[in-house]
Amino acid sequence: MLRSKQKPFEEILRYLEGENRVFILGCDGCAQASGTGGPVQVAEMKSKLEAEGKTVTGTDVVPFLCEKALIKSRLARKAKAVMSADSILVLTCGVGIQAVAASVNKLCHPGCDTQNLGGSRGEWPGSERCAECAECVLELTGGICPLTACTKHLLSGQCGGASKGKCELSPDRDCGWELIYHRLKALGRLDKLSYLAPPKSWAKMAPDPAIMSSPEYALEMPAVKEASGE
Amino acid sequence: MSLRSDLESGKFVITAEIGPGKGTDVTEIAEVAELLRGRVTAANVTDQQSSVMRLGSLATCHLLVDHHLEPVLQMTCRDRNRIALQSDLLSAWVLGVHNVLALTGDLPHLGDHKDAIGVYDLDSVQLLSVISRLNEGYDMMGNELQGKPDFFAGAVVNPGADTEASFDLQLFKMEKKIKAGAKFFQTQAVYEPDKFARFMKRVEGFGVPVLAGVIPLKSVGMARYMNKNVSGVFVPEETIQRLAAAEDKTRAGIDLCAELIRDLKDLCQGVHIMPIGWEKRVPEILDKAGL
Repeated sequence: MLRSKQKPFEEILRYLEGENRVFILGCDGCAQASGTGGPVQVAEMKSKLEAEGKTVTGTDVVPFLCEKALIKSRLARKAKAVMSADSILVLTCGVGIQAVAASVNKLCHPGCDTQNLGGSRGEWPGSERCAECAECVLELTGGICPLTACTKHLLSGQCGGASKGKCELSPDRDCGWELIYHRLKALGRLDKLSYLAPPKSWAKMAPDPAIMSSPEYALEMPAVKEASGE
Repeated sequence: MSLRSDLESGKFVITAEIGPGKGTDVTEIAEVAELLRGRVTAANVTDQQSSVMRLGSLATCHLLVDHHLEPVLQMTCRDRNRIALQSDLLSAWVLGVHNVLALTGDLPHLGDHKDAIGVYDLDSVQLLSVISRLNEGYDMMGNELQGKPDFFAGAVVNPGADTEASFDLQLFKMEKKIKAGAKFFQTQAVYEPDKFARFMKRVEGFGVPVLAGVIPLKSVGMARYMNKNVSGVFVPEETIQRLAAAEDKTRAGIDLCAELIRDLKDLCQGVHIMPIGWEKRVPEILDKAGL
């Protein structure tokens, strides 16, 4: 399971600046369990955005947003509402946001930051990868993660090592920034490439101690203390 | 004469690159410094070029200061986090190193320590912003410095990007580098003046001096290797054939490079010679080019 946390509402509003119509998409898997993108949070987000004067063209909560075939079949039923929106606000983990961005020709805004679990990773059927950086930057890149798609996790654009659209690491690997370029171009949003991205806070990638205070963890503690001679 | 004053006054500027070796023997660096002094405005010192572990750029730059050759500290984001980058910048300033070239840096995988982690805590654009901030007297967290540097910062651009996307991405990034504080650019190696002229046409509005990069060809094999493996470098077949036909390859390599420099001279504000082992032949190349 991937754990997410909703981004501050002001940040979400900044992403939606200049847009009036939005479709909200949640996930009934990890995001529902995280309390960030289940039916309850999607409904809440709808009222909050409407209170800000936005038109919500529709909402949906898909069982697993990391499953692209599922996304497409579910959204096909709501194609009108999706396509009449300026953008999609996706309330789920980094994998789900990227999977939606890869499935629909619409700008996708990340509504959540994915929290680092400190090593354990979820499993999903697609190629999208989330670094659980707790500071989602998919807003800048058309929904393709530069931390995982670029081998140097560059935030400011392509390095000088790309050749014929491939990474300097290997000709089998696509240059992440060329993927980002093509996605933004298709969306008519190459302007996003001019944004000066601030340095990342890698400190946010340290897992939250709360994640490690599960009942299992509490049971382990006496044994750990005993072993360390406390 | 300094790199900053020459570029700011619009003079045609020549820079060359020095690659430190693996080990503590600095005899050759001293010899090269003596040969280049007076012939180039400044000399770049590469930072663990191609991710191969060598003597450091900062120490070598300091040696160049001792030899009265103005250095340009090449600084990649590959091996240091933001604490070390800022600290090394301050160290450079107090050692008399006043020019810095910000680069991303090749992946460790390309070098001789393939299992190393690539740091990339900052990227080249962010590093330029940090240099600008240090020049203002603050570290990147906004803490005040006791004594501040005044770096002349530059960056690189690849005019030979081989896809339309890559070419556009290079231009977007070049503009961001200028916004972040780059005052000059040195380019990846150029072999086709016509193509380079088109690139210069696209960037002339940016108003920042560009020094065209040139690498003298030492052999046909080297040209073919670069075409196959070095991003953004393309040696035309015609050039390769001229080298292949020559009896004296060294002579021909020097002549071809000098000819290229003459062709590039009127297109941009300077040339940056990357001799890759031919450091001592730079004066000869410049003689031939009439510079």
